[in-house]
Amino acid sequence: MSRENSLVSAQWVEENLDNPKVVLIEVDEDTTAYDKGHIKGAIKLDWTTDLQDQVRRDFVNKAQFEALLSERGVANDDTVVLYGGNNNWFAAYAYWYFKLYGHQDVKLLDGGRKKWELDSRELVGELPSREATSYTAQEQDLSIRAFRDETVAAIGTQNLVDVRSPDEFAGRLLAPAHLPQEQAQRAGHIPTAANVPWSKAANDDGTFRSDDELKEIYTEAGVDWSKDTIAYCRIGERSSHTWFVLKELLGQDNVKNYDGSWTEYGSLVGVPIALGDEPGEA
Amino acid sequence: MCGATEGGLSLNGINTDIEAIVQGQVTKGGEPVSTGYVRLLDRTGEFTAEVPVSATGHFRFFAGDGEWTLRTLVPGAEPVDRKVQAAVGSIAEVEIAV
Repeated sequence: MSRENSLVSAQWVEENLDNPKVVLIEVDEDTTAYDKGHIKGAIKLDWTTDLQDQVRRDFVNKAQFEALLSERGVANDDTVVLYGGNNNWFAAYAYWYFKLYGHQDVKLLDGGRKKWELDSRELVGELPSREATSYTAQEQDLSIRAFRDETVAAIGTQNLVDVRSPDEFAGRLLAPAHLPQEQAQRAGHIPTAANVPWSKAANDDGTFRSDDELKEIYTEAGVDWSKDTIAYCRIGERSSHTWFVLKELLGQDNVKNYDGSWTEYGSLVGVPIALGDEPGEA
Repeated sequence: MCGATEGGLSLNGINTDIEAIVQGQVTKGGEPVSTGYVRLLDRTGEFTAEVPVSATGHFRFFAGDGEWTLRTLVPGAEPVDRKVQAAVGSIAEVEIAV
């Protein structure tokens, strides 16, 4: 992959607002943001209800994903352009999710909703109508999804990249600082993980830094480019942002997102945990 | 603690005894800013969190004990930084004019 294949600018989106084969999809942490105004023609996916199984902690299955996209009017040959607030955290999560189920042509709007707003571009309240389709998903591509056992096995052997803020990494905070801190799990990080906050990959306006800058950031943080990599955060959305950088922008092979992330790992019985600012020993 | 929600964001359902809350309002020319962002930087200047302001310009973070920096991102205005001291069990109110 490359920047050209996976990222589009706000200008490109404006030029394609009336292109019927381009589907804009807003995915926000704040699931009400879309309702207050969205890019013209954009549809909404709610990450809590549309993309999560409502009983088990897992994603919707292939049949549910097919039904969802069919009902929302997304076709297999559509170009899907995702954007959202919070510097595209949940849009990147949805991007990874679309890749997981094998959608061919999916892109992120560089800078997401924030860049769009800071540019004072138009947001509308009008809801689009798209004709239903018959969407066919692929089986999950598990080469980009990490589970807990392989994450534990990666300690000391693969690149583990903890993309949370330094205070979460060290165990001083349990959640991002815009959320209440009443989580029940242990604080800290997976031993040997490098702390490269997702935000290092983004400019203040939410756009991604240049490829050269990105490569330098992860190299300096100790990422060994010859090894496989697992990225994690708290629930897998910020690490999707970093997965996007490593896999899609920098073209690194064998990068997985551990969507169980700290809310799973920090609640496991018996696994090692490191506290403080250093990666810690295997 | 009194007046923490006056004209601002509701604290319903939040146990303020265990949170180090930093909150406030962003204004421009004396009027609340309805489109913009506030980010929270840690003591080393590293990004920790970011929120969009509410329709009334309000924002809130759940930080930890210590010194933090708030930085505004508002269309048509230069970013403004404000240092703030947070402590568990208290609410730090910060008004920011851009």
